[in-house]
Amino acid sequence: MRHTLAVLVENSPGVLSHVAGLFARRGYNIESLVVGETEDRTISRITLVVEGDERVLEQVSKQLNKQVDVIKVNDITEDETVDRQLLLIRVSADQSNRQEILQIVEIFRCRIVDIGRRSLIVEATGDEAKIEAVIKSLRPFGIQELVCTGKVAMVRGSK
Amino acid sequence: MMNGAQYLLRFLERKGVDLVFGYPGGKVIPLYDVLAGSKLRHVLARHEQGAVHAAEGYAEASGKPGVCFATSGPGATNLVTGIADAHQDSVPLFLVTGQVGLGDLGRDAFQEADITGIATPVTKNTYLIQESRQMPDVLEEAWQVMTTGRPGPVLVDIPSDIFVGQSDFPEPGTRILTRKIPMKHRLMKNLPTIVDRINQAKRPLILAGGGVVISGVRNELLQLMEKMNIPAANTLKGKGACPETHPLSLGMAGMHGRAAANLAMKNCDLLLAVGARFSDRVTGNPKKFLPDAFVVHVDLDIAELGKNIPADIGVAGDARTFLNTLLNRPELKRNPETDAWIQQIQQWEAEFPDDGGGDYEGVKSQAVIREAARQAGPTAVVVTDVGQHQMFVAQHYPLDAPRDFITSGGLGTMGFGLPAAAGAAFGRPGENVLLFVGDGGFQMTVQELAVLREHDLPVKIFLMNNGVLGMVYQWQALFYKENYSQTVFGHNPDFVKLAEAYDIPAFRLDQPDQIAPVIRRALDQAGPALIDCRIDPRELVLPMVPAGGTLEDMMGRWRGETHISRISGE
Ligand SMILES: Cc1ncc(C[n+]2csc(CCOP(=O)(O)OP(=O)(O)O)c2C)c(N)n1
Ligand SMILES: [Mg+2]
Repeated sequence: MRHTLAVLVENSPGVLSHVAGLFARRGYNIESLVVGETEDRTISRITLVVEGDERVLEQVSKQLNKQVDVIKVNDITEDETVDRQLLLIRVSADQSNRQEILQIVEIFRCRIVDIGRRSLIVEATGDEAKIEAVIKSLRPFGIQELVCTGKVAMVRGSK
Repeated sequence: MMNGAQYLLRFLERKGVDLVFGYPGGKVIPLYDVLAGSKLRHVLARHEQGAVHAAEGYAEASGKPGVCFATSGPGATNLVTGIADAHQDSVPLFLVTGQVGLGDLGRDAFQEADITGIATPVTKNTYLIQESRQMPDVLEEAWQVMTTGRPGPVLVDIPSDIFVGQSDFPEPGTRILTRKIPMKHRLMKNLPTIVDRINQAKRPLILAGGGVVISGVRNELLQLMEKMNIPAANTLKGKGACPETHPLSLGMAGMHGRAAANLAMKNCDLLLAVGARFSDRVTGNPKKFLPDAFVVHVDLDIAELGKNIPADIGVAGDARTFLNTLLNRPELKRNPETDAWIQQIQQWEAEFPDDGGGDYEGVKSQAVIREAARQAGPTAVVVTDVGQHQMFVAQHYPLDAPRDFITSGGLGTMGFGLPAAAGAAFGRPGENVLLFVGDGGFQMTVQELAVLREHDLPVKIFLMNNGVLGMVYQWQALFYKENYSQTVFGHNPDFVKLAEAYDIPAFRLDQPDQIAPVIRRALDQAGPALIDCRIDPRELVLPMVPAGGTLEDMMGRWRGETHISRISGE
């Protein structure tokens, strides 16, 4: 099963290699990883997506928690969260299909952020399902280049 | 104003350190330059690996952290084996390495090695100091990390310009440790269930691990055993944790565990594991381990709970708090049905006595070890290297007090013994240190004989000389059709002459009737002594549960037979 871990860490050199190294040494592949500062600039938040069974993940979380520069580990897989990824995608485009692409961009509420002679760069944000749908819809036009961030996630407020 | 080197020494003094093991080199000359102005005593090892194992032996024998200095590059990398060893066995070590100057970092400067990178996976944490004013905070934090919770090694890498840089060092603030949010413990919530389970258990068993030694709860554990009539087995690192001469003590369990201890593990209905981490050397095949038992696992390190063996109840916490709380529960009542269990165990003890050795002429390890124990009495520290002799000592040397047994458990580091014995002698002045070491491992760190002589340490070396890499030879005998590939030494030195070259009195022991008098002569020496014990290379450590096997697979010379069979009779 895929798990999403939200890891609060000290914003200090080496912390990323400590966290990543822990997974590598145990042979687990990190599917995606995003690091950034939080409201407190001395604390960073790492959002990690990893594949693994319950026991393995529990073990890794405990090991992560033992690292001196890790402040807190939360497995938010089961929580109600808002998830976002950012996608930049360069699609082949000419006069004949530009209009069609623009329509898709409209439907998914994406944005065109660059126009070239033979291509467009589309920017999309959304959860995993949306990002996948955008990619799927643009694929027929020819994808020249694609870059996507890992997922950032935040637990929803109590209602 | 003072320089970084002086600040470091002041810091160590403030922490109560009075002894450091180490080895100098270019990048730590500034540190060694100001050493004489401090209260620290420095022991010069003959190899950095010797220094770090000595620091481990000191720490394990004394209960205080071990401190070790080394220079950059090769000095630092020579420490790595000892650091990994300390990490596996939860030994608190404070390691300080010199590093190339700040401006040279990352340029592959002369004797530059990324030691913080290399050591990260085998330490609790590593630090590279980049500014003089970080020194107070970093040193303070490193010390705290080393001693807090489950102990272990920390490494502080200090560039040479920080050693020489003058600064008025600020008072240490409290750094990041205060922000850490520990994982939630179910510490005492399950206590009523635990009490219930113990009260009801007909066949309860305690497994005492190294954590019992570290947390010093021998007496609490003994109280529980006696009050509730619960027998206890121990792991290798738990040797001495519960007094082995006590009738309720079963001795070591696991791969080379005693038969009764292993049979008790197999048949218990409740296992209370305290400070043990269920290493594969204890469990064999983890899926078939403890078929019938309800498992209560107490460990300071929450990451140990459920790591190797699923626990029915995991208690993350200090063994002392746990045991005291348990003992104070008025509901705790001895179950009379445990009497039959104890009888059953005694029957096993009688039916499967300890193996006394094969049908060979000559000096037997088992006999040497028992005689050494008899003559040395209760006030001696026992240190081993790694191999057959280590297992023989674990099986045949009865120990009653924690911190009296020092061995490389988790990493199984050959070469650990001699330097660790030197360190132990510093940690326990006035006591004899008995070192049991194989002819293989002895040659890995033999240079440290010089330290024994230089400091006149009362280390009595029992060189268990079988001319082979015995433990590997045993596996080849049993599982590799006697293909003794690269395990027989084509040449060994004359160890008596070797010791004498270091001015250490040495004796050869090759006649069984000489065991007692030769040991007497070695123990009578005021300082170090060596006995070259000539052992038959064909000797096997028995019983043996093959790696990944189950207790039915336990091999031995059962019921007085001279051939080896499985205990199940198959
Ligand atoms: C540094 C290191 N290298 C290799 C091994 C593998 N090993 C384990 S026991 C052993 C044989 C030890 O031989 P010796 O020191 O003579 O002791 P004996 O088993 O004969 O008592 C070896 C090679 C090890 N544990 N450590
Ligand atoms: Mg040998």
